[in-house]
Amino acid sequence: MLRIRNLCKTFHPNTVNQKTVFNKFSLDVEQGDFITIIGSNGAGKSTLLNIISGCIEVDEGSIRLKNKDISNEPEFKRTRDIGRVFQDPSMGTSPSMNIIENLSMAMNKGKKFDLSMGASKKDIPLFEKLVSKIHLGLENQLDTKVGLLSGGQRQSLSLLMATASNPHILLLDEHTAALDPKTSERIIDLTQKIVSERKITTLMVTHNLNQAISLGNRLLMMHGGKIVLDIKGEEKKSLTIEKLLGCFEKIQSDDLLSDRLLFS
Amino acid sequence: MDFWLNILEQGLIFGVMVLGVYITYKILDFPDLSVDGSFPLGAAVTASCLILGIGPFIATIFAFGAGLLAGGVTGFLHVKFKITNLLSGILVMIGLYSINLRIMGKANVPLFNQETIFSNGLKPIMIIAVFAILVKFALDFFLKTKFGFIIKATGDNPQLVTSLGIDIGNIKIIALMISNGLVALSGSLVAQYQRFSDVGMGTGMIVMGLASIIFGEAIFKRVSLVVPTTMALFGSVLYKTSTAFALKLGFPPTDLKLITAIIVIAALAVNQGKNPFKGKKIFSMGGDPIVTNSKSV
Repeated sequence: MLRIRNLCKTFHPNTVNQKTVFNKFSLDVEQGDFITIIGSNGAGKSTLLNIISGCIEVDEGSIRLKNKDISNEPEFKRTRDIGRVFQDPSMGTSPSMNIIENLSMAMNKGKKFDLSMGASKKDIPLFEKLVSKIHLGLENQLDTKVGLLSGGQRQSLSLLMATASNPHILLLDEHTAALDPKTSERIIDLTQKIVSERKITTLMVTHNLNQAISLGNRLLMMHGGKIVLDIKGEEKKSLTIEKLLGCFEKIQSDDLLSDRLLFS
Repeated sequence: MDFWLNILEQGLIFGVMVLGVYITYKILDFPDLSVDGSFPLGAAVTASCLILGIGPFIATIFAFGAGLLAGGVTGFLHVKFKITNLLSGILVMIGLYSINLRIMGKANVPLFNQETIFSNGLKPIMIIAVFAILVKFALDFFLKTKFGFIIKATGDNPQLVTSLGIDIGNIKIIALMISNGLVALSGSLVAQYQRFSDVGMGTGMIVMGLASIIFGEAIFKRVSLVVPTTMALFGSVLYKTSTAFALKLGFPPTDLKLITAIIVIAALAVNQGKNPFKGKKIFSMGGDPIVTNSKSV
């Protein structure tokens, strides 16, 4: 499904700020996988998603999505098969347009944006049905400008829009981090519902260990541009926070140890 | 009566240019200074065509086409060479100055004996109104199409457009082309209306466009059912009214640019909800304390 091979990425090469994020990084994602990714800041989680979606160009390595090499394609071509929800709720919608207009654009993804009418009255029942699934009362305010909605409402809408055109793969970049715990839970429920109903292959970055454990069929822990923990299947089901924290601390202490040795 | 008719004619004829500026400034969020060059470009192309004996309607269409090209160049510079939006506009504006001189052959071309779109016996205001209203409704329709949605979204949230699998670069170029096409069309109409084309007639055009948009918005924002394109047209007429009154009050025409600048500043300040002419509040009224709970934690 998604195959990443020998990925290398260095930011600001040949300067004092040189930072190697990935060195020969490889990852295989199977069709229908729902993978949660955790790791400390700077581990390369977001960079990985940005590289897959084409926001960031790679130095070396190949990325294949559904047997198509996409490593050299520009971002707007890759996004045709990729759905994405960002941490910032304002990134996924157009604030000065209303819900109908936003959804119409999302539904039209992959088709031509020509001079036919952008929104049609015929679609309204469909949109009402679609947004009533998120139980936020949006079905009664379809002609409200999205900029006036709350962060949680916007993020739910972003999620609907990102999945409206059945992407091959869905990338979720800490998409609940900017929301309050209750809304965050709602969005997670919605995510799970959409992903399991439509069987979309999903990569989800999160800092919430509870979510990371309860969601999906595979968990990756990243550190320093490497996958340090890869838990799937039965093992994932029996995973607890304590076990995970144990691993987390072990990696952290390894780091400290080497630093201490270096500077002593 | 003539005074008001004149204002209406000028307001609507420049209104076509304002609608062009509206596309870039309001929808695309792209401050496009090439307008100062593409406006006289439209006039220059029209003048040369009319002198060559080409029919006025064909000449007007050529002017529109020249504007499309000029906007395309601005967009190309910005998108392909990654030149900032302000600078690519300025570069095209400067370049067009020489091009306009080349097209006309001299700095000023009078069109007193040529046939124009206004020479068919109809009242000028009717022809102007047809153009302005046609452009307005065409633009309204265009913004409701799928492509129009994408242009709006490009100004609003470029990331969304990229996520939809569309190259925002191409969208920007096309929007700039349409905008400058309308500006050149307005330049063409003005040249035929005042019966001469001058290489300097574009100076300050962008500021005038912005003034009209901001002016219209400040006044009609709270009136429901007035769409932004109508506000832009009304704004243009209002702007012309205010400059006409300034002239009536005895200001010399050379002061008009300063008056324009002041109108823009005032309209912007009012739009921000701040009245620049109101003093600062020195005293505040006392009142009930906000916290009614007097128990300490």
